[in-house]
Amino acid sequence: MTVSLFPLGWGHYLAGGLLIGAGVSLLFILTGWIGGMSTVFSSTWSYVSRRPFFQQPRFIETRAWRLVFALGLILGAALWWQWLGPVGGIRTSVPLWQLGAGGLLVGFGARLSNGCTSGHGICGLASFQWPSLMAVLTFMVTGFITANLVLFLGGH
Amino acid sequence: MTLAKFLAVIASGILFGFGLAVASMISPEVVLSFLRFRDFGLMLVMGGAVCVTLLAYRYAPRLLSRPWLEEQFSVRPSALDRDTVLGAAIFGMGWGLCGVCPGPAIAGLGAGNWPLLVAVAGIAVGAYAQGWLQDRTPVRHH
Repeated sequence: MTVSLFPLGWGHYLAGGLLIGAGVSLLFILTGWIGGMSTVFSSTWSYVSRRPFFQQPRFIETRAWRLVFALGLILGAALWWQWLGPVGGIRTSVPLWQLGAGGLLVGFGARLSNGCTSGHGICGLASFQWPSLMAVLTFMVTGFITANLVLFLGGH
Repeated sequence: MTLAKFLAVIASGILFGFGLAVASMISPEVVLSFLRFRDFGLMLVMGGAVCVTLLAYRYAPRLLSRPWLEEQFSVRPSALDRDTVLGAAIFGMGWGLCGVCPGPAIAGLGAGNWPLLVAVAGIAVGAYAQGWLQDRTPVRHH
């Protein structure tokens, strides 16, 4: 008996991926902007923090549309919820401490690396950027090690 | 921001967020089962997204003299240095711990996945810490 690579089916994964690509592509065709999602977590700080790092032009000049883009993500998922999703919505059972501690590392690491799963993984790879390929391979490996270590140690 | 740009960005974001939800990436459980080799769906999500984006990034600048609402097509800044790899390694550790990355953390809120607010807060604090640290290390500003 073979073990399925996609025990929950594969069509929704591919369809979702194509839609994500369509969103990033539409943004580029209409505005020429690159739609990675981690930068908004730095650029939004420029509204409240006077630190020189956050006052860089690359954050000031893009902070408004990045927030609008993030709002679009929320609206898009809300549309899916109303139209196709379960009545009660999605509720993760991953413990809050894992979400909080993991989030800290995700935010710090993605901004240090200047990209995340969408910035390096989608925009970077689609631009044939070798640094992004290195970044993707690196976070896949450390992600795989950590996720399995958490399981081994009895986490969620 | 003009109304046209606002509508362009929000429509693009809606497609992105809708796609993340369709692909079930707003459930950290699905991402974690990929990282545990139980479900390879994330490869299809990323593969599908890269294929479409690649076409746009490659052909839009050839077919259009400029984007519809702006002066020029941006080029993604890119550098292979220590920070790119070290940051990715740290990002991956966090990703493997919580199963959440920046896009799904934000989008998940739209589908009622309220616990992801904790992840969003964590990411925001982590991003602040990174900026704070950069200001203390005078050499690297990329």
